[in-house]
Amino acid sequence: MSEELVVRRISNGTVIDHIPAGRALKVLKILGITGEEGLMVSLVMNTSSKKLGRKDIVKVEGKELSKEEVDKIALVAPTATINIVRNYDVANKRRVELPRRIEGILKCVNPKCITNAPREAARPVFTVISEKPLKLVCEYCGEYLTEDEVIAQLTGT
Amino acid sequence: MSFTGKDVLCILDFTRNDLERLFRIASSKFEGDELRGKVIALAFFEPSTRTRMSFETATLRLSGNYIGFGTTQATSIAKGESFSDTVRMLDAYADVIVVRHRLEGAAKLAAELAESPVINAGDGSKRHPTQAIIDLYTIWREKKGIDNMTYGVLGDLRYGRAARSFLRALNLYSPRKVYLIAPESLRPKEELLDSLKMPWEFANLNDILPELDVLYVTRIQKERFPDPAEYERVKGSYRIDTNLLKNAKTSLAVMHPLPRVDEISLDVDKTEHAFYFKQAANGVPVRMALLSEVVA
Repeated sequence: MSEELVVRRISNGTVIDHIPAGRALKVLKILGITGEEGLMVSLVMNTSSKKLGRKDIVKVEGKELSKEEVDKIALVAPTATINIVRNYDVANKRRVELPRRIEGILKCVNPKCITNAPREAARPVFTVISEKPLKLVCEYCGEYLTEDEVIAQLTGT
Repeated sequence: MSFTGKDVLCILDFTRNDLERLFRIASSKFEGDELRGKVIALAFFEPSTRTRMSFETATLRLSGNYIGFGTTQATSIAKGESFSDTVRMLDAYADVIVVRHRLEGAAKLAAELAESPVINAGDGSKRHPTQAIIDLYTIWREKKGIDNMTYGVLGDLRYGRAARSFLRALNLYSPRKVYLIAPESLRPKEELLDSLKMPWEFANLNDILPELDVLYVTRIQKERFPDPAEYERVKGSYRIDTNLLKNAKTSLAVMHPLPRVDEISLDVDKTEHAFYFKQAANGVPVRMALLSEVVA
């Protein structure tokens, strides 16, 4: 693979491949990786891809992604593939799949939604009603959450 | 399907067959003892006249008892108790919990927390399923059917929960057409428009009034307009009086979930068009039918 020429193989950790071009920094931000954790992180942006034309890649040495982290990535990088690497071998490779329901990651944009009330027992839950463009609907109040709103929430932009 | 033990959260929880089963029960039911020994909690976190009193009446006519409140001022909510904790308490006391709340999704949350069935008596500005059942029942009973008629829904279609529930309810039937009549700032959001399965379009009342079989009127609240001058400009276009109704079919049903302020002139009350007091009266048999099914 041509990217191996610019970013070396990792021994243990996670390779997130096929990230839509330009979104690698958002993926890192969603993962909460700032660089201050001491993890070795390699990042390639706008490299060529047969599948996507251009893509980003993130390699994180020493960190295997949990399911919840994978779900979050799917919201901003639905084409991403996750490779779990152990001792230089790919132990597990899978495409992220946008779950049908998103629980507890996103907030409803409706200020009158019960999930935004303080001290109430409602955790935000959304149903995905469209993947392209991404559109979710709050299961409590029925309000839409658009792709721009999702990305803004997950990346703080 | 059986409603026994089921939550009633949204009008779309029902099928057309479910509703017609309820209609048949409502049209025959005036008293009974289906709720004998049962306690119905009426938890009204927001003001209500018709909905609360018709639930009270329905409970009494079925030989049940009710507990609850119509204002939160005299409850521990005034001390800061959460809605969730209040619902857990009511669940221990009552066989059915009827909830009205200003926040959207409150009834769904209550249903998740409570083992007893929860009936949504209006939460936030989107859902008011029992009102929608009453509206449909009134049309079914008075017009001998709901399909193949032309409807106008007028007023605040953006924040008014009765109108929005009614529009969703029409999805269960086959109206010929539905006209949405509202100032631009009070038109429905895309969430509602996307959900409409029947032919619909925005319209001016004067243009389409002669076509209508049912005109569903709701209140336009002055405080919804950022600019009071805009309210003054549009309010006359949304007022129904006998002069305007000269252009309507003689069989036109004018409906309103009430309370009205001045959107329907008092002179309409005496005419055959006035269906809104029938709607209010139908609140009792419809809620009797629903309660008796839920606890059956």
